[in-house]
Amino acid sequence: MSAPAIRVSGLSKRFRIGDRMRYKSLRESIQNAVKAPFRRDRRTEETIWALRDVSYEVAPGEVVGVIGRNGAGKSTLLKVLSRITEPTEGRVELRGRVGSLLEVGTGFHLELTGRENIFLNGAILGMRRVEIDRKFDEIVAFAEIERFLDTPVKHYSTGMYLRLAFAVAAHLEPEILLVDEVLAVGDAAFQKKCLGKMGDVAKGGRTVLFVSHNLSAVQALCQRAVLLRQGRVQASGDVHQVVAIYNSDLSSTQGSLAERKDRQGDQRLRVVQLHIYPAHGRRADGVCTGDDTVFEMHYENLSGRPIRNVEVTIGIYDFLGRAMTFLENAAVGVRIDADAAGGTFRCVTPNLGLIPGEYVINFHLIEHSEVIDWVQQAVAFKVYDGDFFGTGRQTYTKLGGVFMPQCWARGALVEDVPKS
Amino acid sequence: MTEVHSPRDEVLVIEPAGKLANPRIQEVWAYRELLYFLVWRDIKVRYKQTALGAAWAILQPLATAAVFTIFFGRLAGIPSDGVPYPLFAYSGLLVWTFFAQGLTQSSASVVGSANLITKVYFPRLVIPFAAVLSGLVDMAVATPLLVVMMAHYGVWPGAAIVAAPLVLALALLAVTGVGLWLSALNVEYRDVRFVVPFLVQLWLFVTPVIYPASVVAPRLERLGVPGWVLGLNPMAGVVEGFRWATLGRGTAPVSLISASAVVAVTLCVTGALYFRSVERSFADVV
Repeated sequence: MSAPAIRVSGLSKRFRIGDRMRYKSLRESIQNAVKAPFRRDRRTEETIWALRDVSYEVAPGEVVGVIGRNGAGKSTLLKVLSRITEPTEGRVELRGRVGSLLEVGTGFHLELTGRENIFLNGAILGMRRVEIDRKFDEIVAFAEIERFLDTPVKHYSTGMYLRLAFAVAAHLEPEILLVDEVLAVGDAAFQKKCLGKMGDVAKGGRTVLFVSHNLSAVQALCQRAVLLRQGRVQASGDVHQVVAIYNSDLSSTQGSLAERKDRQGDQRLRVVQLHIYPAHGRRADGVCTGDDTVFEMHYENLSGRPIRNVEVTIGIYDFLGRAMTFLENAAVGVRIDADAAGGTFRCVTPNLGLIPGEYVINFHLIEHSEVIDWVQQAVAFKVYDGDFFGTGRQTYTKLGGVFMPQCWARGALVEDVPKS
Repeated sequence: MTEVHSPRDEVLVIEPAGKLANPRIQEVWAYRELLYFLVWRDIKVRYKQTALGAAWAILQPLATAAVFTIFFGRLAGIPSDGVPYPLFAYSGLLVWTFFAQGLTQSSASVVGSANLITKVYFPRLVIPFAAVLSGLVDMAVATPLLVVMMAHYGVWPGAAIVAAPLVLALALLAVTGVGLWLSALNVEYRDVRFVVPFLVQLWLFVTPVIYPASVVAPRLERLGVPGWVLGLNPMAGVVEGFRWATLGRGTAPVSLISASAVVAVTLCVTGALYFRSVERSFADVV
């Protein structure tokens, strides 16, 4: 049996609150030193443990996801493995050349051209010059910026910038790859390209440690996952099981969306509440199958101006993080504008087809391919037994994800198919 | 079980380090390509951003030399070791500008590279070192003018010219030593960057750039202070040594250079050790 590519034993990382908050000034330090003999009590510094006794192993060629809420310690873990920050306790063993992707475009300088930044960024990421030379054409082709290669990057659009940054990073070929949420930027087309490339890397036999909030990406790419909670390993094992544990954790915490910090997008609009309730009748904690269901989003507008043509997408996921279905105004051709003073978006779906169970919502608001607000695992809701088929009684078979409207007859009668 | 030896068997172990960290200079050598790219980046950006481009590297020492010549050379009548004052001033300023710029750039370099430090691993020693090295290119750009001036005044170097590379090496040591200290201190104590311009200014007056050491040393000796004390300022040895090597006048300022060399090496070594000992917390604090 070969040795693990990554072995983490008892890893702990402590931060002094003072470190993060303020840096010292020489003047203050001198003053404190002078006052010290006269001070009676020594103030103890506050510390937080970002990681606490984390241990696990990753075999060569495995692709492991690291998930958890913001502040759970995922990025700190990657930083320690990338040698950017030192552990307070514990030990890490890495076998193989390590490449870290903690951000795309690290070290890009706006005054330099695309061509120059490819070399600079590649060198910063650890590629040898000959390697960059060899892969130069591939990188340019992946980024699709052939025509702008000799223009300073400050003239690039955000999309071009990101494509170029990701293109360089994607051509890193270390034996161990540590990736931190680099997929969380850019528009949908870019995300798809990134995911595709990540998939290639994952299948290429490399050992990958992948930190992400995107549970579907994690489940698609990884075989195993580790769940961190407040710096400790809460669960590790098969990716689907770990994701299920994470989701169950989530639905038990009902906070207002307004307080959620783990959101992406430029935040011109911020969704502060998301309610799901039946259009008729009252139910406080969920809806029934077959109910006409309202999804109501309260948003605040931080840009001060009305925003036109907002594309709202509400993704509904089951308990294992599998996508069930979605609600999207663009899909049905309805145009929505956001008011300058904030307001509400409302979507009604008649005869809810979801099989009873627990569901989680991810949503995003997009305007012109720019992400405005995007929250994953925003809200969880329950679907109870109900009357989908209009027969007056509840169904006893609950197979799969959705109920489908159906019509039964003897013989072949196409005309009998109900048109909704 | 037989062990298979493959490159993968090389294990990288990450553990909390002890109090004293060794400088690990070999690692800097391993990252020399990155060092090259950082220097290249600094130069490209600097030359793209200034309106005059490369001419700025010449203009700085030249304009300063002109001002010194008028006010110190002519009006105040400060002697210049038997060499025309403009030449005296420019040659001294050539190495002095390298030092001043190297100090200013390197002291801010680590804090200025916060975006790299928090995202990528490489030996952080590379950062201030790159800041210093980019000054070498500027000095190289300004050197041809020195040759032109020497031709104009008919001053030619003697055999001492072979010592010039050694003097430049000493300059590099001096600037690196101080730069390492300042860049590391600046991360921990952010008000250090306010001290630097003031420090550089005072340092200029303390170093024999405007005036030759031959004016100051005799007076010091009369006070009972040996001449080499001037050499405790590492740049004193550099500037006097450079002028002696290139302008070919006078005797070798051996005691001065020796004292400066000792100080420069000490600064470098202690600077590297201090830098490495605080390096581990850079990403947390910067």
